[in-house]
Amino acid sequence: MASVNAIKDDGDRTSLIYNPVVRGIVFQCVVFFGILALIYWFVRNTLDNLARAGRDISFGFLNERAGFDIGQALIPYSSDSTYTDALQVGLLNTLLVAAVGIVTATLVGFIVGIGRLSGNWLIRKICTVYVEVFRNIPPLLVIFFWYLGVLAILPQPRESFHLPFGSLLSNRGLSIPRPVWGEGAWLVGLAFVIAIAMTVFVARQASARQMATGQRLPVLWINLGLFVGLILLAMIVSGFPLSFDVPVLGAFQTSGGFAIGPEFLALYLSLSLYTASFIAEIVRAGIRGVGRGQSEAAHALGIRSGTTTRLVVIPQAMRIIVPPLTSQYLNLTKNSSLAIAVGYPDLVSVGGTILNKSGNSIQIVAIWMVVYLTISLLTSVFMNWFNTRVALVER
Amino acid sequence: MKHIATGIISAAILSIAATAASAATLDDVKARGTLKCGVNTGLAGFAAPNDKGEYSGFDVDYCRAVAAAIFNDPNKVEYTPTSAKDRFELLANGSIDLLARNSTWTLSRDSSLKFNFTGINYYDGQGFMINAKKIPGVNSALQLSGAAVCVQTGTTTELNLADYFKANNLQYNPVVFEKLEEVNAAYDSGRCDVYTTDQSGLYAIRLSLTAPDDHVVLPEIISKEPLGPLVRQGDDQWFDIVKWVGFALVDAEELGITQANVEEMKGSANPEIKRMLGGEANSKFGTDLGLTEDWVVNIVKGVGNYGEVFERNIGAGSPLKIARGLNALWTKGGIQYAPPIR
Repeated sequence: MASVNAIKDDGDRTSLIYNPVVRGIVFQCVVFFGILALIYWFVRNTLDNLARAGRDISFGFLNERAGFDIGQALIPYSSDSTYTDALQVGLLNTLLVAAVGIVTATLVGFIVGIGRLSGNWLIRKICTVYVEVFRNIPPLLVIFFWYLGVLAILPQPRESFHLPFGSLLSNRGLSIPRPVWGEGAWLVGLAFVIAIAMTVFVARQASARQMATGQRLPVLWINLGLFVGLILLAMIVSGFPLSFDVPVLGAFQTSGGFAIGPEFLALYLSLSLYTASFIAEIVRAGIRGVGRGQSEAAHALGIRSGTTTRLVVIPQAMRIIVPPLTSQYLNLTKNSSLAIAVGYPDLVSVGGTILNKSGNSIQIVAIWMVVYLTISLLTSVFMNWFNTRVALVER
Repeated sequence: MKHIATGIISAAILSIAATAASAATLDDVKARGTLKCGVNTGLAGFAAPNDKGEYSGFDVDYCRAVAAAIFNDPNKVEYTPTSAKDRFELLANGSIDLLARNSTWTLSRDSSLKFNFTGINYYDGQGFMINAKKIPGVNSALQLSGAAVCVQTGTTTELNLADYFKANNLQYNPVVFEKLEEVNAAYDSGRCDVYTTDQSGLYAIRLSLTAPDDHVVLPEIISKEPLGPLVRQGDDQWFDIVKWVGFALVDAEELGITQANVEEMKGSANPEIKRMLGGEANSKFGTDLGLTEDWVVNIVKGVGNYGEVFERNIGAGSPLKIARGLNALWTKGGIQYAPPIR
């Protein structure tokens, strides 16, 4: 006992207040319980006030009849559907514009980003102007520009522009021919799947061969030939089971074909082009981040410029590019809620209508937040996985 | 983003402070010194900022009348421009005391949204407007199958539209916007073939289009749209005040009391007029309501009677030139009828 006391006395020569360990624990406890109390107070107050205002916070209203129509629905929907169906339609529209927007923004962003480093003066300057213009305009204005400045001044449906392949462009959007697959079309699908499998096989063989002998196969041409040849063969065998439903001019709008509304086009173009300007800068930073010596060494080995970029610079740049790229993807998805400004029925727009009609604002805002949080977290999880794949393998 | 902000703000307000949902609104208004009134963001004739930047219009005058009844000064109003979508949330969370924003009186707004409509200040119905130049030969809404229809979200209009096209087996493509200005711009640019809202609104909006004469309002009226001011449930005194300001406006017209003659009418021998203007000995009509005895005098002095308000803002004396129609007094073939002040 005595010895324990002696040690304790030794450590406690100064007051407990000055003991960093004790202090740490005390402060953490204070903060922890403080936050807990704050949360309790917020929730309690909200519930009290909701009860006092006579407002219900259950989600039962979601099964009521919606009563309103939605212009663009990817799943069957009518005014007889429920609020839940309406929210699903909105969610799918959000996901659609976010997904195609992300793909386009990435493509454009990479092209422009690499273009900014081009040796060609004209390309470099065009890309710089692109980035500076789109990066410095608020996304809402870009959306208005496309919607009111470009798409709205297109001609009436009756005087639509006739584009190649029977497509029609008017202020009601773009109508393109819709492929209609006839009997025996499964053969073409099968050919497509086989072609994919074979290209993967060819690519593996080619790289194994290059590893072994140093000789390179013209993989691109072989694969292209495989695709075109196989699909063409399947078409001939099954007797061309493909026809097109070409859009025609109707009384009020085009009928037939596949119609893409101007609301979607405006939102899609604005979000992709706006985000692409940021991605371009990220790509440029990534490429700049790869030491100059890397490309010089590749050139010294006689590797051509394009191949150097593709095989030496980009793989190393990806390590720098991917983390900030994730943020841009999340931004694009969240910015898609600006859809309301041009009447594109996304989650926020549809939710807003329900909010107004049913008066359940707390629930709708909660649904919005949970959905966007989920989408963002899933995107992050995927991008983090991708990041570990491209990260520098440390040996 | 406004509605998100509204939702979050309302959640925040609910979480931090008890709202005035059941408190005496009149006391709050008096203590504050101004009436907080929710109006349209901009609908010519009903509520729109004039060239001096002041709000004016048919609905705005209702707010002014209430302010006149309380403060004897129609200018003591703080206007909150509200979109169709956030208007009810703003009223529910106590950001405004009164909503006068051509809102349709429906059962669900009374019951599930927990509001009280104080009366009907305008009998309206939903109609359709088309550009007769661009789509000639259409003279009935039944010929509109396949049309793109511009409509403001969060309105009864949006729901009637769905019902009407469904009932008549017609196809349509709704193009939905949150703000009136966005709907106007989209329709004006030709994005839609048809504009639908209350007929009074269509006449007002037509004036703001690039070529008003190209557009015609189709004859069909597809719904009853009784428009009126509304307040939160749970404060009967406030409900009574807002309700009786409306009745006083109509009664004043019926008895011939105008902004110009209200002072001399005070000396009238007609007991009905005398009672209404607070001239009856020991009368308590105004004070029982929580106001002063000369509350009707203040209202009429401030904004005029119902007929004057109508003519000045949307009737013959305005660019809209809407006929009184259903909104004429019951004694003149309309259905505007107010209970007596006695």
